[in-house]
Amino acid sequence: MPGKLKAKIVAGRHLPVMDRASDLTDAFVEVKFGNTTFKTDVYPKSLNPQWNSEWFKFEVDDEDLQDEPLQITVLDHDTYSANDAIGKVYIDIDPLLCSEAATVISGWLPIYDTIHGIRGEINVLVKVDLFNDLNRFRQSSCGVKFFCTTSIPRCYRAVMVHGFVEELVVNEDPEYQWIDRIRTPRASNEARQRLIFLMSGELQRKIGLKVLEMGGNAVVGYLQCFDLEGETGLVVRAIGTACTLEKISTLPATATHPSNSSPSKDMKEPGFGEEAPGVPLSSGPPTPLRAQTFSSFSPSKSYSRQSSSSDTELSLTPKTGMGSGGSAGKEAGPLKALLRQQTQSALEQREYPFFTLTAFPPGFLLHVGGVVSARSVKLLDRIHNPDEPETRDAWWEEIRQEIKSHAKALGCHAVVGYSESTSICEEVCILSASGTAAILSSRFMQDGSLDTEHRFEEVVPPGCGFCHIPYDELNIPFPAQLTYCYCCRRYKVPDVLFTTIDLPTEANVTGKGCLIQARLCRTKKKAQGEGNATAISNLLPFLEYELHTQLMNKLKLRGMNALFGLRIQISVGETMLLGLASATGVYLTALPSPGGIQVAGKTPSDITYEQHISNMQKKINDTISKNKELHEINPPEVVEEIIGSPIPEPRQRSRLFRSHSESSDEVSELDLSHGKKDAFVLEIDDTDAVEDIHALLTDSPTPAGFYSCNTEIMPGIQNWTSAIQMFTSVRVFRLNANLTNQGLNKIFSDLCENLLKSLYFKLRSMVPCCLCHLNFTVAIPEDELIQVAVTAVAMSFDKEQSLENGKQSGEKTLIKAITENDEQLQFNLELNAETSSPNPLSSPKGLSEVGSHPSARDRCSSWIEQLKLKAHTIRRGSVKTTSSLEKASPLPEGRSRSLRSNRSYSGSSVAVVKMTPLSFIPGAKIIKYLGIINMFFIRETTSLREEGGVSGFLHTFIAEVFAMVRAHVAALGGNAVVSYSMKECVFMENPNKNQAQCLINVSGDAVIFIQESELESTSVQTQSATTHTSNGGEGT
Amino acid sequence: MLFKKMSMELDVFVGNTTVLDEDVYQLWLDGQTVTDAVRIRIEAGALQECEANAEVLLSDTMDQFRTFQMCERLLQSPSKVANQLLFQIPPHRQTMLIERYYEFDSMFAREVLGKKLSKGTKKDLDDIGSKTGIVLKSCRRQFDNFKRVFKVVEELKGPLVENIQRHFLLSDVLARDYAAIVFFANSRFETGKRKLQYLSFQDFAFCAGQLISYWTVGAVDNVVENMDVDLEKEFLHDLKDLKVLVNDKDMLDQHKSLVCAQLRGKIKVFSEMEASFKNLSRALVNIASKLTHTKDVRDLFIDLVEKFIEPCRSDKWTIGDLRLFLTHYSSSVHTLEAFRRQVIWDRYMGVIKSCILKMYHD
Repeated sequence: MPGKLKAKIVAGRHLPVMDRASDLTDAFVEVKFGNTTFKTDVYPKSLNPQWNSEWFKFEVDDEDLQDEPLQITVLDHDTYSANDAIGKVYIDIDPLLCSEAATVISGWLPIYDTIHGIRGEINVLVKVDLFNDLNRFRQSSCGVKFFCTTSIPRCYRAVMVHGFVEELVVNEDPEYQWIDRIRTPRASNEARQRLIFLMSGELQRKIGLKVLEMGGNAVVGYLQCFDLEGETGLVVRAIGTACTLEKISTLPATATHPSNSSPSKDMKEPGFGEEAPGVPLSSGPPTPLRAQTFSSFSPSKSYSRQSSSSDTELSLTPKTGMGSGGSAGKEAGPLKALLRQQTQSALEQREYPFFTLTAFPPGFLLHVGGVVSARSVKLLDRIHNPDEPETRDAWWEEIRQEIKSHAKALGCHAVVGYSESTSICEEVCILSASGTAAILSSRFMQDGSLDTEHRFEEVVPPGCGFCHIPYDELNIPFPAQLTYCYCCRRYKVPDVLFTTIDLPTEANVTGKGCLIQARLCRTKKKAQGEGNATAISNLLPFLEYELHTQLMNKLKLRGMNALFGLRIQISVGETMLLGLASATGVYLTALPSPGGIQVAGKTPSDITYEQHISNMQKKINDTISKNKELHEINPPEVVEEIIGSPIPEPRQRSRLFRSHSESSDEVSELDLSHGKKDAFVLEIDDTDAVEDIHALLTDSPTPAGFYSCNTEIMPGIQNWTSAIQMFTSVRVFRLNANLTNQGLNKIFSDLCENLLKSLYFKLRSMVPCCLCHLNFTVAIPEDELIQVAVTAVAMSFDKEQSLENGKQSGEKTLIKAITENDEQLQFNLELNAETSSPNPLSSPKGLSEVGSHPSARDRCSSWIEQLKLKAHTIRRGSVKTTSSLEKASPLPEGRSRSLRSNRSYSGSSVAVVKMTPLSFIPGAKIIKYLGIINMFFIRETTSLREEGGVSGFLHTFIAEVFAMVRAHVAALGGNAVVSYSMKECVFMENPNKNQAQCLINVSGDAVIFIQESELESTSVQTQSATTHTSNGGEGT
Repeated sequence: MLFKKMSMELDVFVGNTTVLDEDVYQLWLDGQTVTDAVRIRIEAGALQECEANAEVLLSDTMDQFRTFQMCERLLQSPSKVANQLLFQIPPHRQTMLIERYYEFDSMFAREVLGKKLSKGTKKDLDDIGSKTGIVLKSCRRQFDNFKRVFKVVEELKGPLVENIQRHFLLSDVLARDYAAIVFFANSRFETGKRKLQYLSFQDFAFCAGQLISYWTVGAVDNVVENMDVDLEKEFLHDLKDLKVLVNDKDMLDQHKSLVCAQLRGKIKVFSEMEASFKNLSRALVNIASKLTHTKDVRDLFIDLVEKFIEPCRSDKWTIGDLRLFLTHYSSSVHTLEAFRRQVIWDRYMGVIKSCILKMYHD
């Protein structure tokens, strides 16, 4: 009996009228956990009952505590007939199981009914007494922390990153059981909600067990998804990154512990010059094995071999972490290494060097190869044993292997920013996985207790290191144009870089970024079974190829050279396939300037035709220069290269991709890592190309004052105000006519463009602002229906400071780099000559003396002064914020507002809970993570018209979901949800029957934050002196 | 072309903080249809904002209207707005929403003033709508607001304005206007006669304020249990005693000479005043003495206009003359030694004087 769950029902309010005669309700509450149920007394004739119940106590196994939700049902007592249910509240008690998270759940929670929506609120108190259970073979994993955040959570420090964890559970979908024919929709929905709660609990517990096995204590980047397969079942699957996290003491961070704010700082010791600093792939000798291997390599080592060895190393890491600890491994030395080599092949079968993280502790990500992705089309009705997870496990295994081999082909041993998704239509299911091939530092891969000599410090020139190619120049897996890095001039970089991760904070970026989307529709014949699957498989490569070409062209059109946060979604419907690729384009200073787009005609004889071409060319050139201006892209050097770049031969266009796309039948693969300048010659030899160009030019630029990106942060904007507005927008379109591919493309593209325009218009009062984490989800809910859902956050920033702050952002990275590097003099001195990287100087004065690069000198002129300025602007900024907020008051919860609300927690009015898809809250410091929020709701109606039609129905439902998330967070004691996402929004309607149903799944991390201005006011004196460190730690 | 090939089936936007556009809110409150609202917004130059197009505007307007519709249920019991969970709205925006929802057109209020707030009247809303040019939907909202406020505070004890403020969280100014409406509806004052048409809602609201402040039970006795909605019966009864001022010939003459002595050379219409003094005084005192009858209470304003204001107006009294006259007319009673009802007189005349002055215009 390792746990005691206690619940107390305090009161209810705003209950619905259940007795028409008296206009009142006789309410009572059932509290259920597992198979035990308690009841409160009936509180007669009131819409605001005060039950004030005793403590209901459940004595349960912690396994159950993890799996089961606490189920609270509010009923109306009826003497003569059956009691009517008013609604339910499911409480996930997982956050209470972890000592570092919440301790009590207390507050008003909405009472939810799947037919009527929210019907009043109930005030409850829930606590858990947990007895420590040291049983080795326990089935529970209480205490393992879960984070949706895809980076190391703000108030933690990564001691170790163990690696990939995944799990999948299957159950029969209650909606497809025979009993569903006789039970009410309400009963069916509730069975489904409860089942999914149970399954997610079970999944989380199982993943937690794996983490404990690896020796970790947390899962970061936890991504849980549902596959509503239909007849064959309901799948809940999750992936994540197992870590060992250590809490950073919170409050003193500003004043006492400057070093704490940079998580990796503690681990930094003077490095050793075994290898030249900044050598690509120099992941150092983290284990005896690697030290040994490397020492035998000549400088011209074979990269492929090396990458395979590092691959092994990575695959091994989880095992290393398991129980024994790193020191043992060290002692065993070469012998153990040998053993490992022998088991290598076996391990490769099982382990995946994947990381769901998209942002990394400094120094963790060394090099990025490019995007790797794999897709596979499966038939659900061919699953032999649908109730068992084996078949699906095998499918994913297959895909992950594919990803792994792609990464290897890119000379990388790891995949970061990894994610998996599905699209289901009838019996066809497309499984997709994608990530970014990368080389990681071994720093977080083993126990921190290693000797200093093994704690080799990686010194990569900050800001460009990750761009340096990880693969062998002479053995490139695909043709690419390599040049010397424009930052350090030492290592090779590709001409274009595509990734699924966030822009590393240390990256050197020129100008601002912007959202880039490629959209595509493909018609497909209606087909069944095998034939259908084959048809889809055949279409997929073309779809991906075209998406890629579009992305490339649009990137060029904006004068940029890299994509971050790339997410390609392919949705399958009965008669079409939809492809949507979103990413944030930036100009990486380290990469060469992109060439322009050259239009080439096929028949140069015709004069009018030529004129047409030259007109088009002019238009494109104009757009490019306009875009460059818009995004402030003024590369410091070699500007003329852009204009005068030689135009490659048109015939080379895209040969490369075709060969790729033909490569596989079931699983298609695409390396999006590369791009040749010649890919940007558009030949107008067919109408397609003309359409392509038109499509290119129809993307309207963001209106003045707006920026957009689908990543966490926008390069070039730092001075966020605390005004944020998270929103979800959903649109469904009906296609009314038989359309060609081109017609469809145009419509789909217009839909997305118009949706964006609507968003800008809606949020216009927040200008200047940036829409961050702008993620689109497309679906084909029915034939001829297209559904687009967006969840993002609009964040205001201070315009007056943006120029100043542009400097500061540079300053910030600079300072950060200094704090990281100041002890590694010997390397940096060497670098000074060639790079514009920050100079390692222990004395601030020295900075202005060195700095060969003009811009670097400018930025570094005197960092003390800059810091003062910064401290000043912070204070000034807060004043400005308030005033600008008053003006922009329609939307955001302002600073003054949230301050007040934070303080008036216990007051009768509702506490403000901020929500954001990002991992941070601007102008605030997250001081505590309270646990994961993972909620699943079903809403159904049989009176669609009366509820305002489909839009009214969904609007209410989404608002209700937000309300429930906020209420649960507030009950945990939190005031914000970070890394919020709407994983699923399945909408089905039957207007003829006046019915609709919707399923929504949301998740995020509940947190407590405090405004930085509050922190500041408490320690103004120390603050100004340590601004740089706290900022470095924030890593905004 | 685009519209033929596809149609928007569903379009929603939900912000964690509810997005509210005040201009659109006003259009919604005005009872505009979405189409009209879009047209009005385009005319107001909304297309220049943020590179919008008609489609964007339509989507935004529909979405906003839907949001307001969803909020409407809450706005009808404003105390719920602050502790509901469905919409996260900053307090100052909540206040704005409520205040605007309860704001009304004085043109409309003028029409409804003094009428019974029942369903029967609701059928007349059509007429009021076409008369005032206010969209029927907006009339409905305003009328329902009146009715709702009336129903809630009708039976409540304590000061009327405070009751309204407490239950509907309105600003002081707006709560006072509602108090006037409730007061008029409760006492069913006649306001619809042709001769009263020149009076605005604000005129009546001012008068109502005076009546509430000085003639109700709550006016003299500040005990919370007292009601503000009804005039004090006792006081109305006592008003009968004022009759002596006109019935007693000596007293009337003495009163007249006192007033004349004070006003000689000070007002332009002295001779007219002297000639009509007895009629005017009789009119005011008679109005007072009749107030025990509910019917006569209802006719208070029409009586004031017919018996006092119109005679003065036909003699071309200026407002200044009127003010001087009323001041001295009222104060000189204090020197009438035979008159015992000074307190009642002051309570009566204070209100009558300010009401007449407010109502004395074209």
